Amino acid sequence: MAILDVQNIEKHFGATRVLEDISFSLEQGQALAIIGSSGSGKTTLLRCLNFLETPNQGRILVNGETLFDAADPATQREAEVRKKRLHFGLVFQSFNLFPQYTALENVTLAPRLLAQERPDFKQNKKTILEQIQAEGQELLQKMGLSDRAGHFPCQLSGGQQQRVAIARALALKPDILCFDEPTSALDPELTGEVLKVIRALAEQKTTMIIVTHEMAFARDVADQVIFMDGGVIVEQGPARQVIECPREERTRQFLSRYSEN
Amino acid sequence: MFLTVIGALNEGFLQTLKLFAVTLIGAIPLGLVVSFGSMSSFLPLRWLTKTVVWIIRGTPLMLQLIIIFYIPGYVLPGGSPWPSGEGGRFLASAVAFIINYACYFSEIYRGGIQGVPVGQQEAGQVLGMTKSQIFFHVTLLQMVKRIVPPMSNEIITLVKDTSIARIISMQEIIWAGYAFLKGSHGYSGLLWPLFFTGVYYLVFNGALTLLFGWVEKKLAYFR
Repeated sequence: MAILDVQNIEKHFGATRVLEDISFSLEQGQALAIIGSSGSGKTTLLRCLNFLETPNQGRILVNGETLFDAADPATQREAEVRKKRLHFGLVFQSFNLFPQYTALENVTLAPRLLAQERPDFKQNKKTILEQIQAEGQELLQKMGLSDRAGHFPCQLSGGQQQRVAIARALALKPDILCFDEPTSALDPELTGEVLKVIRALAEQKTTMIIVTHEMAFARDVADQVIFMDGGVIVEQGPARQVIECPREERTRQFLSRYSEN
Repeated sequence: MFLTVIGALNEGFLQTLKLFAVTLIGAIPLGLVVSFGSMSSFLPLRWLTKTVVWIIRGTPLMLQLIIIFYIPGYVLPGGSPWPSGEGGRFLASAVAFIINYACYFSEIYRGGIQGVPVGQQEAGQVLGMTKSQIFFHVTLLQMVKRIVPPMSNEIITLVKDTSIARIISMQEIIWAGYAFLKGSHGYSGLLWPLFFTGVYYLVFNGALTLLFGWVEKKLAYFR
């Protein structure tokens, strides 16, 4: 059974159709790359999965459980949406770290707040918080940032900030980790260090959806690739096939612009 | 003579400081409530709040003081709700000042809250935080940092605005200084005590300026 099943998602802003009849599924441990030109709806799709936008049509299933159904308002209640979000993690293009907290605090804030809802929190407060702290340290270490734990975001480079943001998303152990153009705000030198981290996550079989403009990266790291244009999925298939020998003319056109330079 | 004047001015300034402090204690939280009202997605509440803010910011504080102090006595069946004497005048002044300043603060807060990038809130949302967790753990401190300069402006203005309470004869420092011109403590026609009140304002506002500078520095560790 697929871990994620997206069925017939549609989204419009007023009269503008941003997403039309989007359907795909994703297996546990696979990485899916979404490519396409700006304005093709890639980011909106990720935002729908993370409940930052409400689709006008369609269903979203995780592990067979219907998280969202446009036809069923019961699946859209604020309190439940908050819990459902935890199936997904999202890494933003502009990092969006909390500037007033250190790298480690950025990673541990949400787990600490969530832990307060545990019934045994009062009893085991100390152990729980120590564990969260230790897990945060470990995640930063995985990102190669153990010596930056006490730094504030403004003291970190863009690449370091994005790696903290990845650690922050991983801290909640999401089923599916989403990346929204994680390297688009970085210069080429810093892009490499972030891609390296994502590549390592893929090797550890983290289930991921990556919106990216890095074609070589998508080809090498992703199992599946979706090419979107004008709010629809033009082509989807195994990464190598879609990027190296696309079937659709529109995909070829799009990819040819990348091979030119 | 000098000591008599200083004694009377000190007493007046104490009343000034009291009104200043009570106004801040009331208006700082009330302003937050008003700002939430003016950002509410529930339209009737938003428009009601915006109308109140428009009226309060659109009319002179002096007029509001007079209305709050005198009008209830005419319209309420039990007569004026304010206790007699200086205590009543202080209370009425405090109410008028708190309402007035809460409206100004609310707009500063609104600017501060809306100035925090929407990505901050979204980052909190995708991390499963509740709306109030996002406000208190993510937005609040960033907003505070943003509003220190405009708030210091308003607060320094407030120090001087307390003199408006004189219109209902609250005995703040300008009232105390002016008394020596009109005749008080056996002196009359003395002009310098009135001018000397300026020193009090200047020194106190100097201290506040230092305090705000310190706060700004304390919050400079993040951007």
